[in-house]
Amino acid sequence: MSALTDEEVRRLEETARRIRCHIVRTIGGAGVGHPGGSLSAADILTALYFRVLRVDPQRPNWEDRDRFILSKGHGAAGLYATLAERGFFPVEWLQTFGRLESPLQVHPDMHLVPGVEISSGALGLGLSMALGMALAARLDGKAYRVYCLIGDGENQEGQIWEAAASAAHYKVDNLTAILDYNRVQLMGTLDEVLELDPIVAKWRAFNWEVKEIDGHDMRQIVTALEEAKEVKGRPCIIIAHTVKGKGVSYMEGQAAWHGKAPNAEQLARALADLGCQG
Amino acid sequence: MVQAVRDAFGHALVEVGRENPNVVVLDADLATSTRVHYFAEAFPERFFQMGIAEQNMMGVAAGMALSGKIPFVSTFAVFSSRRACDQVAICVSHCRANVKILGAYAGIMSGNNGASHQAVEDLAIMRAIPGIVVLDPADDVEMAQVVRAIVEYQGPVYLRVTRDVWPRVSPEGYQFRIGRAVQLREGRDVTLVGTGVMTSQCVEAAEILAREGVEARVLHMPTVKPVDIEAIVRAARETKGLVTAENHTIYGGLGSAVAEVLVEHAPAPMVRVGLEDCYGACGTNEELLRQYRLSPEHIADAARSILDHAGRR
Repeated sequence: MSALTDEEVRRLEETARRIRCHIVRTIGGAGVGHPGGSLSAADILTALYFRVLRVDPQRPNWEDRDRFILSKGHGAAGLYATLAERGFFPVEWLQTFGRLESPLQVHPDMHLVPGVEISSGALGLGLSMALGMALAARLDGKAYRVYCLIGDGENQEGQIWEAAASAAHYKVDNLTAILDYNRVQLMGTLDEVLELDPIVAKWRAFNWEVKEIDGHDMRQIVTALEEAKEVKGRPCIIIAHTVKGKGVSYMEGQAAWHGKAPNAEQLARALADLGCQG
Repeated sequence: MVQAVRDAFGHALVEVGRENPNVVVLDADLATSTRVHYFAEAFPERFFQMGIAEQNMMGVAAGMALSGKIPFVSTFAVFSSRRACDQVAICVSHCRANVKILGAYAGIMSGNNGASHQAVEDLAIMRAIPGIVVLDPADDVEMAQVVRAIVEYQGPVYLRVTRDVWPRVSPEGYQFRIGRAVQLREGRDVTLVGTGVMTSQCVEAAEILAREGVEARVLHMPTVKPVDIEAIVRAARETKGLVTAENHTIYGGLGSAVAEVLVEHAPAPMVRVGLEDCYGACGTNEELLRQYRLSPEHIADAARSILDHAGRR
């Protein structure tokens, strides 16, 4: 992997900004979706798809590809925006989001969208599936890596902790989890609903390598993802401190924007906040 | 020598494991009970002990399947159907993952463990989830064939694995096919439709009825979904009614599947033998069959009631 230059960081940041524009247009246009957790994950998704993952948009089922598992399926608009920008399907598809006939369901359907590895939306399932893929790679002697993005509200599910124990037990080091730690969920802040802290200590106690970063600092994200590849004999989780609704002033940190679409006037303000063209 | 059905399963799994390197087994700390420990001894690198964490196990299996493996997920039927139900639906069914889900100790004949270990609704749950083949084999011979067939079949399967020795009902030269019922006895008065170990109870019931001059057809239905519509319709047209018998609640399992076919294709008198909206309890298999009205005598009674109604007697 080439060294991360300042120019590449700027390029990635610009890509993330375009992805955020896609996200708010997609959700605003459809009148449905989850802007808060899509925007909080946009920088992470950008770093993965435009720097870290070994994927080929022309061959979405290439058997040696790295796998990205969106366990927090309600972040679908973020994943779709990223896949479209990366060339897995035409950007125009985003305008169909949430319609009956659209491949872009509000929660992802793996059979309809090139590049989507699993159907998700029921929380807590994805880390186990990512672990299964990582174990299969080991059995087959394959070099691909598996990445799994989980939400912090999702981290309240017991199955996440089952998977955490299991991945550490099997010393799986081709699996990297990323926690989108925006600290806000549908009904309020994480601390109001069901606190997770001390989150770093919990994952360490489950025998994971834990890295803590600013999930909106592109250099920190890329560095953590690349360092995670070097961890041997244990799985690695990156606790990414993020801001729910990042980039749209009136959405930032607001539980109300977990699963609500902006109206036309709000969309215009969101696009202005993000500096989106046209 | 007739084997316990679970032993036939465990040995067959070793055979398919030898033939197909993609077969892997995941266990939730019950391997010696479910008999996947034979596989674990033969292929330790393809055996994954997942601990008492069935939801994670089901998800891991789905991830492996999406990466080309053929995972057998081993635990008791109560846990694979109820504890891991959402994982079966989304990770396995919606993802169309090629996972073979085992329901060990299915039904109430589950080794005298009582209600917490007796899956009385697993067939209903699995039948309701889209795209899952649901199987309940009758004996050791059939089980060995089933294991081979589901490895060849591409797609999710739920397989009930019964614990004990049950009378062998598979005829000479029997060839199991997914979705196909097998007629074990010809008769024109009434049809007894069994699945799993209840088929052997139907065979005995037919003998009781024969002594009274009643000729009962016995249909064994190892595939509860997709059900053999043609065999059911033929039985409805050629006999005076049908009795279904299952080691399961009468809601949502074999009886319901047969009733659905009859109502849509060939309305006919029918009685369901199975658990009547209750849980089981401890007891020997013989005690449980009597207590819960699943015995050959109860099946024969159900047949008599159909014939009485039809004016045959």
